[in-house]
Amino acid sequence: MEYQAKELFAKHGVTTTLGKVVETAEAAKAAAEEIGGVTVIKAQVKAGGRGKAGGVKLAKTADEAFEYASDILGMEIKGLTVNRVLVTPATPPVEEYYFSFLLDRANRQYLCIASVEGGVEIEEVAKTNPDAVKQIPVDPGTGVDEAKAREIATEAAFPEPVFEQAVTMIQALYTTFVEEDATLVEVNPLARLADDKLEALDGKVSLDDNASEFRHPHHEEFVIREEADPLEAKAKDLGLNYVKLDGQVGIIGNGAGLVMSTLDVVAYAGEAHGGVKPANFLDIGGGANAQVMANGLDVILNDPQVKSVFVNVFGGITACDEVANGIKGALEILGDAATKPLVVRLDGNNVDKGRAILDELAHPLVTLVGTMDGAADKAAELANA
Amino acid sequence: MSIYLNADSKIIVQGITGGMGSKHTTLMLQAGSNIVGGVNARKAGTTVELNGTTQPVFGTVEEAMKETGADVSVVFVPPAFTKAACIEAIDAGIGLLVVITEGVPVQDTAEVWSYLQSEANHAGTRMIGPNCPGIITPEESLAGITPHTIAGKGPIGLVSKSGTLTYQMMYELKDFGFSTAIGIGGDPIIGTTHIDALAAFEADPETKAIVMIGEIGGDAEERAAAFIKDNVTKPVVGYVAGFTAPEGKTMGHAGAIVSGSAGTAQAKKEALEAVGVKVGKTPSETAELMREIMKAL
Repeated sequence: MEYQAKELFAKHGVTTTLGKVVETAEAAKAAAEEIGGVTVIKAQVKAGGRGKAGGVKLAKTADEAFEYASDILGMEIKGLTVNRVLVTPATPPVEEYYFSFLLDRANRQYLCIASVEGGVEIEEVAKTNPDAVKQIPVDPGTGVDEAKAREIATEAAFPEPVFEQAVTMIQALYTTFVEEDATLVEVNPLARLADDKLEALDGKVSLDDNASEFRHPHHEEFVIREEADPLEAKAKDLGLNYVKLDGQVGIIGNGAGLVMSTLDVVAYAGEAHGGVKPANFLDIGGGANAQVMANGLDVILNDPQVKSVFVNVFGGITACDEVANGIKGALEILGDAATKPLVVRLDGNNVDKGRAILDELAHPLVTLVGTMDGAADKAAELANA
Repeated sequence: MSIYLNADSKIIVQGITGGMGSKHTTLMLQAGSNIVGGVNARKAGTTVELNGTTQPVFGTVEEAMKETGADVSVVFVPPAFTKAACIEAIDAGIGLLVVITEGVPVQDTAEVWSYLQSEANHAGTRMIGPNCPGIITPEESLAGITPHTIAGKGPIGLVSKSGTLTYQMMYELKDFGFSTAIGIGGDPIIGTTHIDALAAFEADPETKAIVMIGEIGGDAEERAAAFIKDNVTKPVVGYVAGFTAPEGKTMGHAGAIVSGSAGTAQAKKEALEAVGVKVGKTPSETAELMREIMKAL
């Protein structure tokens, strides 16, 4: 969110105004009084187009700040409820620019995108006047030193009165990008104020979860728990790789590719069974032991939309008998909490032993199906029953 | 013939003494790989017993290569140390660098990729991965974690972003067998791409047809389609995972994400079909398409 991006900007020396983040209209009023003069009340949600949605208002007085904050808090922007607003001093820009560093997957390097013609309407500028949007490759090996920052500032054609500030800010933004392991650092708008000061008025930072895990434990603070889906939050606590979707067939599988594929196969099968869809993505990885399986089932069975569950495992390194024992153990752990039919497809390493374990178990909720497509069809049928 | 890896490949394991490293070195030995040692700076000079063999542990990749003549390294070190392990192997001049480690920060991989493109890569090291199952030339050698028991040698080349879908596809087509199966990984930046593998399979006389498995995110499949159009004469069958993936959510693999309208499975499927690649709706249907091609060859 904007206020979090600005905290990271400030930490690395990017000129910005932090303002105050508040969750009530009363607090917004107090913040406006403290800041003094005209303030801006800005909705804090992870979405673009907040201004157009009415989530950004200029307040001339503290009472207006109260009024606008009351309007904005609780508002929905692109499906997200606004729970907090940022109160900042109003600093009307004379000119607006766009600036970002991002990961360029296709070219396996970084890319700087800069435009001195228009900030917030950058996408429009890119369409109508693409030459005004400069794209400058950055080699991850050499990065952005002062010389490179000058090259970027020259290419982007920052006007003379703010040129040196731009060179400094470009370096600070690159430091933010690298030091925080970001995949995107965006300033939009980058504002030239009336006194020819350059300031990051709004911004966005996307972080790499892989790096945050061991290199930036403080990034955990940016996660706003109450705004996460409760099942996703629970899965995360259990160390599961889970994404909640809108459907009726719960999915458990091993390996990201196979699980994605399983969702697709269930969706196809669902076309013949009342249009049922996959309810989630859940990759239990290689370690399909009883506890992991039980945790996975626990999360999925707590999804009220789920009508059936499809466990799709290909035993590569994991043996199918271990997976079968995992399912058996999970059903024992869950006991009466396991209430929905389970369709299981096992293939690969030790498949005969695995199937034998489930055959012997003969659990009333478990149906063993030989193929992935067949099992998807069965799971969809049960979800539509 | 095969691509990148064969019975003559001499393999070392960076991180051989760790849990993952020792477990999978054992499995590689069972697959018939010629493992000649490992690297762990803190345990240099010691040995480890794996699958009835005694593997020497060296302090550096350079030393290991000098002593054993190794030309392939498989990396199992934790994500925090992966960048350094890769740079070390590139400096030592390893021919093939297979990075299994999952969870490597993408900026680390970007730096390694930049290093591979620089003069520092004096030996022309090829990197596969990170976050991948590695490469197997059945009945010859395995450099990675693909189970060697799924399928034997044969005329199909396989390149995939996903590990388990590689296994699934090898299983479905085990009656034909594979020249080489390579898992390139699902991270946003990877060393060896679909295009690299397609070019190598095209040049490999043993490979008669190619299965290409992609997934949402990025535009690697679209680029591969353009490459196939101009450069690949052998039949290619494709599969793309993630049609039902919602926009903006990472689906397991760090690179598997639909951003706005970019990186969708539908767009990839259409790009492949536009150049004559048959794309299956499910893994089984994809295998069936390959089966028909093989029967007609």
